[in-house]
Amino acid sequence: MTVPVMDALDSLESEAIHIFREVAGEFDRPVILFSGGKDSTLLVHLAVKAFAPAPVPFPLLHVDTGHNYAEVIEFRDRIVAEKGLRLEVAHVQDWIDDGRLTERPDGTRNPLQTVPLLDSIVEHRYDAVFGGGRRDEERARAKERIMSLRDGFGRWDPRSQRPELWNLYNGRHAPGEHVRVFPISNWTELDVWRYIQREEIELPSIYFSHRREVFRRDGMWLAEGPWGGPRGSEALEERTVRYRTVGDGSCTGAVESTAGTLDEIIAEVTASRLTERGATRADDRMSEAAMEDRKREGYF
Amino acid sequence: MTKDLLRFATAGSVDDGKSTLVGRLLYDTKSVLADQIEAVQRASVDKGLSTPDLSLLVDGLRAEREQGITIDVAYRYFSTPTREFVLADTPGHVQYTRNTVTGASTAELAVLLVDARYGVVEQTRRHAAVLALLRVPRLVLCINKIDLVGYDEAVLTAIGKDFAELARSLGFESVVTIPVSALVGDNVVERSEHTPWYDGPTLIGHLESVPVTPPEADAPFRLPVQYVIREHATDYRGYAGQVASGTVRPGDAIVVLPGGHRTTVESVDTADGPLELAGAGRSVTIRLADDIDIARGDVLAAADAPPRVTNELEATLCWLSDKPLRPGARLLLKHGARTTQVIVGALGDRLDTDTIAYVGAPETLAINDIARVSLRTADALPVDDYADIRTGGSFLLIDPPTGNTLAAGLVGNPLTLAD
Repeated sequence: MTVPVMDALDSLESEAIHIFREVAGEFDRPVILFSGGKDSTLLVHLAVKAFAPAPVPFPLLHVDTGHNYAEVIEFRDRIVAEKGLRLEVAHVQDWIDDGRLTERPDGTRNPLQTVPLLDSIVEHRYDAVFGGGRRDEERARAKERIMSLRDGFGRWDPRSQRPELWNLYNGRHAPGEHVRVFPISNWTELDVWRYIQREEIELPSIYFSHRREVFRRDGMWLAEGPWGGPRGSEALEERTVRYRTVGDGSCTGAVESTAGTLDEIIAEVTASRLTERGATRADDRMSEAAMEDRKREGYF
Repeated sequence: MTKDLLRFATAGSVDDGKSTLVGRLLYDTKSVLADQIEAVQRASVDKGLSTPDLSLLVDGLRAEREQGITIDVAYRYFSTPTREFVLADTPGHVQYTRNTVTGASTAELAVLLVDARYGVVEQTRRHAAVLALLRVPRLVLCINKIDLVGYDEAVLTAIGKDFAELARSLGFESVVTIPVSALVGDNVVERSEHTPWYDGPTLIGHLESVPVTPPEADAPFRLPVQYVIREHATDYRGYAGQVASGTVRPGDAIVVLPGGHRTTVESVDTADGPLELAGAGRSVTIRLADDIDIARGDVLAAADAPPRVTNELEATLCWLSDKPLRPGARLLLKHGARTTQVIVGALGDRLDTDTIAYVGAPETLAINDIARVSLRTADALPVDDYADIRTGGSFLLIDPPTGNTLAAGLVGNPLTLAD
């Protein structure tokens, strides 16, 4: 019998499962960051596969900006219940209410997630934090290790990263430090969609084409929300849209799209001339090194 | 549509045009999207440049853009209709040899660049030596900037011959040599009209057609146990890990090391159901016929071709840290899923990467040094020679107080130099 050749998705899946199991073997208190978006939903799916038939030995953590899409929160809670997972939620609003954070003038809460994330890591003594980051998303992320040390302040130092050799991951850390783990580092956006299709992974409905009231700001279609939109001359109009990423409502734009099925989404992503972050994330446009700067501060 | 995945690395001197070649591969395979190009154009204008600086596409860190150099290995992704590629893009500066080691450790193929005007230079020899040491299975020599030597067949043949000799002395069995111009696009993705005398593949044509089966596929079975999966409701107990080499199927006789218990494989499980056969690279969970005490760090191996179990290692180290290594140092060693204490013994010969010869033993190892060493480990380890099985013969040395990775370790003497 000849060995069946592993295709690209098989290889990526096996690599991710290997990483989940390494962390389970080496760390005391791992946690998976879960927002209900496609990448973190994929992470949870891979975690379930890594430990089947036993349950996933980690809880989930959602840093909730309070500017969410209702469909995503409904989905998040349903998946957690269906898969028998544990979910912690850190509400950014709590940090604003007690004065540890101040609302920004532009209304976006995306950069505000860093402090609740780091506080939660300290409070729960998490020593490994899984994220759905992919190196193809952004230039600074292309430099990110699969296992990446964060110091006692949660900071990333890209100049002194540990070399990552073979598939031997070094997760050593001192008390107070933690490690960020990115099991889908080597996946591209298209890999994610193809795998979602292959594995029949359920996603929030906003990833699929629908009619929505949106308004134009900075070249993006944004939805109405408690964060202060629309403002001034911005006018709501109904458009046929879908989302390529899910995040804080203030900075996550919809794209005009009629793609209502996974086949149509894959065709659309294949033909797209824009990256997902370039198309729909305002926060990455703030400066040339926006992502690097946020990651240095502890942003996931 | 099913595609497979090729992991490869680039290497080459600073000015050989590596960034341009990477840019060309991404650009001609339509892997660079409009907003990325626009960002580069914006940044280039900000820097006062009249043409877009394509290196900005790949140099992601603030310091890299400020200094105009690549500091750290980065990973790039692109695909063609038949295959997906993960490219470890490694910096060419000599002080970053450690990044070449990092990129080469996971590569199934390496693309080494030389400048057609200068041919094989010291840096070429150094990189080729590191690639040979790490036993990257396949090597491609891209002779770049052929437009600058007038597409002269004789020049390119001479460089190819020069390099073939070097490659042979380093133990590479075969080298594919491709004359390219990354700037113009000759023979990278599009076949060049300027080289009618060249009848080999384009670079992308070669990358698409080279077999991806790793050498580990034909080696004896090894699986480091990462995690024991127990499910109480059904009394399930399985040993989870990634097949490091060879194949495994139900009924196979195996030995559990370092303990030495023998048993047979009951089933090879995945979340999608059991497999009849699993090969190198596949993450699986193995159930065994007998109830044996097995923990993370143990290795399941083919009973008829097991690795040797030893506390004494002769190895080659690539020293990656600014902190020098002295004999007698007490460090941690990670091999497979096991981390154990190790005491460094005598330092042996150092590889001089300029002359590609082993020279006398140094007193300490400095960053980027490559040398032989003897090690004594607290726990017995099931090891293979790196030359035989990359995964069974590789390890890390870790600094106990900081947790930093200090060295890439290769069991045995993987670089055999021909005279």
